[in-house]
Amino acid sequence: MLDKTIIGILISAIAFVTVYAITPSLIKVLTKRNMVVKDYNKEIATMVARPGGPSILVGILASEFTLYAFFSSTDILAIIITTSLAFFVGFADDRKVLGGWFKPLALAASALPIILLGAYTPPHLAFPLFGSVKIPELYLGLIVIIIPVMGNTVNSIDVLNGVASGFMTIASFALTVCLVIVHHYDTALASLPLGFVSLAFYKYHKIPSKIFPGDSGALTLGSMYGALSIIGHVEIVAAIALLPAVINSFLFLSSVKRIVEHRQIKANPVVHTEDFKLMASTDKSAPVTLVRLILANGPLTEKQVGFVIFRLALFSAALAIITSFMMEIRL
Amino acid sequence: MKGTSIFFYIFVMWLLIIAGGALIVPIIAHISIQGFGKLDGIIDSVVKAGIALTLVALWILIMSKVKNWIFHQQIRH
Repeated sequence: MLDKTIIGILISAIAFVTVYAITPSLIKVLTKRNMVVKDYNKEIATMVARPGGPSILVGILASEFTLYAFFSSTDILAIIITTSLAFFVGFADDRKVLGGWFKPLALAASALPIILLGAYTPPHLAFPLFGSVKIPELYLGLIVIIIPVMGNTVNSIDVLNGVASGFMTIASFALTVCLVIVHHYDTALASLPLGFVSLAFYKYHKIPSKIFPGDSGALTLGSMYGALSIIGHVEIVAAIALLPAVINSFLFLSSVKRIVEHRQIKANPVVHTEDFKLMASTDKSAPVTLVRLILANGPLTEKQVGFVIFRLALFSAALAIITSFMMEIRL
Repeated sequence: MKGTSIFFYIFVMWLLIIAGGALIVPIIAHISIQGFGKLDGIIDSVVKAGIALTLVALWILIMSKVKNWIFHQQIRH
């Protein structure tokens, strides 16, 4: 156990330091190559480097390969390959806008290493209080669905400065705690880099952002989260920790009623006041989103909205931890 | 606190997830379909998948109703 604690500290440090150290260089390179986008929520026109996915991926790979050097497990390999494939899907979307259906399908293919390497066994779905159900064939379908759903769910919460990385920091550490509670210590160890990579990236992503994660960053984080939830058999708990982002996707899809990229929506759900606070749009054709609902009570600054989302993330994280304790109880 | 109704919405979602487990594990998982010979396993899985998908649709419908109920009140205020 002491060995695992030391390795846990080592890989956490590698994950954090790698992203913390290389992101400034990535910002310089992206800015030099004019790979910048406008930050629409700033009063003074501001261009921000994008995508930050490469530094996130390097941080994850450096720490997970270190972990693999200590424990040569197919589970770690599955996490590495799935996360890397999801990164390439996101990076392709960052470079060239892809269709609404392409990403879910490509992300579904990213889940195949988990199946091919057998990292999902035993194929059961665990529920709190009532035990688990064995669903050998259905579980394979579920794996193929979980990766695109979680990837896109995290991508959908990347709406304001610092929100995606801050949200993922909270959700990832909650997932690590949940994995420890259900005694999946090896997966808990493999999940540590996700939280520390998110935390280090938050340093540059927080308001005012110096870099945006882009689809490559958000899909990398979301897909790794999904892979960990499958390998650690905490799919339900992981989904609970993501509930604010799930709500965001649910509200968006239930108002738009089709799978579509956010950038394809013409009516903006959020507008600006004269003092450049965020305000819910009164346009009935605008999609309903989490931010629009938060703003239903009145205008707020970008920073205030971000902190409301973080409080929701902490609330969901607490529910996820309670749920993982409930996993240990049988009625 | 800003967004109080969203906290409530998340809590309702959580309760629905727990309730889903209460239906799936003790009831649906124990359904056993027999009498179709070699097709027993496939038909059993298809029926269970069908019930699970129906539950998901029901879950989405309930969440949609709860959303309208909570947030229309909020927006009206």
